[in-house]
Amino acid sequence: MADKLQIAIYWGAACGGCDVSVLDTNEFILDVGAAADIRLWPIATDGKFKDIEAMKDGELDLAIFNGGVRNSENEHIARLLRLKSKTLIAYGSCAYMGGIPGLANLTSRDKILDTAYVHNASIEPGNKTVPQPETKIDGKELDIPKFYRRVYALNQAVDVDYYLPGCPPQPDQVKAVLLAVVKGELPAKGSVVGAYDHGLCEDCPRTRDEKKIKRFYRPWEIIADPNACLLEQGVLCAGVATRSGCGVRCPKSGIPCRGCYGPAPGVIDQGAKLASAVASIVDSKDPEEIQTILAGLPDFTSFAYRYSAPSSLLQRSHRP
Amino acid sequence: MTRKITIDPITRLEGHGKISIFLDDAGAVEDCYFQIPELRGFEQFVVGRPIEELPRIVTRICGVCPANHHMASAKAVDACFNNEVAPLAHKLRDMYHHAHYIHSHTAHFYALAAPDFVMGPDADPAVRNILGVVAKVGLEIGGQVIRVRGLAQETQRIIGGRNTQDIWCLPGGVAKGLKPEELEQIKPWVKEMYEFTQFSLQLFRDVVLGNPQYVDLIVNGPYTLDVQFMGLVDQNNAPNFYDGKVRVVDYEGKELYKYEPREYAEYVAEHVEPWSYLKFPYLKKRGWKGFVEGIDSSIYAAAPLARLNVADRMATPKAQEAFEEMYGVLGAHPCRALLAQHWARLVEMVQNAEMLQQYCDDPEITGEEVRVIPQTITGEGVGIVEAMRGTLTHHYTCDERGICRSANLIVGTTNNNAPIQMVTKKVAQALIKPGKEPDQGLLNMVEMAFRSFDPCYSCATHSLGQMPLEAAIYRSGELVKTIKRNC
Repeated sequence: MADKLQIAIYWGAACGGCDVSVLDTNEFILDVGAAADIRLWPIATDGKFKDIEAMKDGELDLAIFNGGVRNSENEHIARLLRLKSKTLIAYGSCAYMGGIPGLANLTSRDKILDTAYVHNASIEPGNKTVPQPETKIDGKELDIPKFYRRVYALNQAVDVDYYLPGCPPQPDQVKAVLLAVVKGELPAKGSVVGAYDHGLCEDCPRTRDEKKIKRFYRPWEIIADPNACLLEQGVLCAGVATRSGCGVRCPKSGIPCRGCYGPAPGVIDQGAKLASAVASIVDSKDPEEIQTILAGLPDFTSFAYRYSAPSSLLQRSHRP
Repeated sequence: MTRKITIDPITRLEGHGKISIFLDDAGAVEDCYFQIPELRGFEQFVVGRPIEELPRIVTRICGVCPANHHMASAKAVDACFNNEVAPLAHKLRDMYHHAHYIHSHTAHFYALAAPDFVMGPDADPAVRNILGVVAKVGLEIGGQVIRVRGLAQETQRIIGGRNTQDIWCLPGGVAKGLKPEELEQIKPWVKEMYEFTQFSLQLFRDVVLGNPQYVDLIVNGPYTLDVQFMGLVDQNNAPNFYDGKVRVVDYEGKELYKYEPREYAEYVAEHVEPWSYLKFPYLKKRGWKGFVEGIDSSIYAAAPLARLNVADRMATPKAQEAFEEMYGVLGAHPCRALLAQHWARLVEMVQNAEMLQQYCDDPEITGEEVRVIPQTITGEGVGIVEAMRGTLTHHYTCDERGICRSANLIVGTTNNNAPIQMVTKKVAQALIKPGKEPDQGLLNMVEMAFRSFDPCYSCATHSLGQMPLEAAIYRSGELVKTIKRNC
């Protein structure tokens, strides 16, 4: 057993798409099964904690954590896996940056609970019950994890060794990283792996002409030229602020990038970079006209930080 | 003194789940709770977003069935835009959705359900997994399963640009059409997928129906539930996974309701319990009556068996043959034996493959008119599709600029929250007897109850047969025994 690589895969506040991306390596998955002991995939909770706790510190060679940290259970297991693992990879956009569930950082826990359990269109008439961490029924105690006020990226809870971006990561990139782990060829701690060291636009087949624009279009408002840069046609595309590695699948399909591979190399805050790109493409010096043009981009925040709100400089918009 | 058994984690339901079982002094099951410890809050954090962004945000509710969410969301958004949609886009979306079904149903049947039947419900946990199945039925079949699931994923990628985490639908249609050369690429795959559905049915006949013990377990075991059924049907009351009306029948086959998606809130409501983050939908006109069975119960089930139970027929010929064979063996339509869901899943997959073939032969399918620019924002829309795991409802409102004001989601698996709660308790009560400590085989039998519903996450979880499970038995708060499996 000791000869084989000891691996754990766990999901936090995730959708399962990262696990499917592992599955989408198809036949390769059988090789992983042969080369490694997968001690845990994909989940551990209370009952399982004792087994992980019983492991020696660093007993696992590799822990792959997908999903962000949304509740007390996610955090507990993140800490446990950190302790027991030599190498911890934040796998996918959620573990890396908070991901789409991180859009919850633009609202509040109270609003989320109120909408989900009290005010939605199909809630049982008159309901005031909201789930509680601890419930007692006829003396029987039932517990569920504590729902935190906000979403955290994995490295806001524990020390992370590598970041593998993507929503979900592309299977070829996943294969390459797993092979690097097996061969002991991972780069310096803290690196982004399974992606390239340049921006998405470098790999995009659409042509750029340094054009400036007088109006923005929402994706449904325009039948865009399939060969020209989407941003230069006025369609907000986050490619300019984003790292390449995804295969440019969205822009190649006529759909603008929303930035799932995270900030381009050298960019600290993905949203700030996108804001700067938007500012430089607007073809006007007149404040009033600029306002009018920018009005074509409602809710810019959710585009700037579609995947990265929890790990951005601001982290959240609501502070109780 | 009451004892508590916690089965934690169970891994195959939209994130995390656990079962808490309370035993009385004698060791009989006093009560049982199926708890979902997770919430992410999509219904709130999509508020304020441009409505056209929702189809590519809500896919992150579930990465195992993202195309279902993408489609339900696209249809809700279509309705917010007055349903001005290029007709060809509906065909292409339906085509894509069928391929998605084949990916998911294949993964579930082979990686998750098959181990219980091919290896046996109480087989050694070390071999009761997909690798055990492959070892028993042969590497060739195992390779074929991996290949066909991969082809189903690749078919979606060709049609819609990506598979997991879909991006393709826009108000008015879809972002790209299907080129003739792309169609030619897909055609042989579709043929292979169809042959695979026939192979899978034969495998089911040989392995499950050929074993009288399994037939007995399916038909006479504790896995039956007297609740009503829900599913989407076309104008002939055949299952339609992408479009149609929602039909609800009771377990004696009487039609209770048939409603348009926009009317859903008159027929379905959601009950909240403090001990689970997941809500419990029920038939609103009957009111919440608790977790009770019976012909007057307001509890309903969704997912494959429910879909076939509410249908009078299948939409395609080979699927119809499979449908008749299944109900012939089961003896009644509707069927209340939940383990038959695995069979129903295979019957559905035949329709998915035949529909894909029809679309491949459709001379219009490679047309270029795949999107129109909608002119009107009406401000409200409901989209309903059948997710693999049950009827999926998305209901949005937006302002005159198309900014989302509210979102209500009733997700596939959520429909089955009450039935899963009930059948888990029923099976635990039937199997956990005074004087006999529950072992791993028995715990697996309890798990088989909810597993038949294919709650989300099952596919990915089981692909390498890792299904860690531990049951801790407490007496007066003290740990007295721990049963482990795959831990």
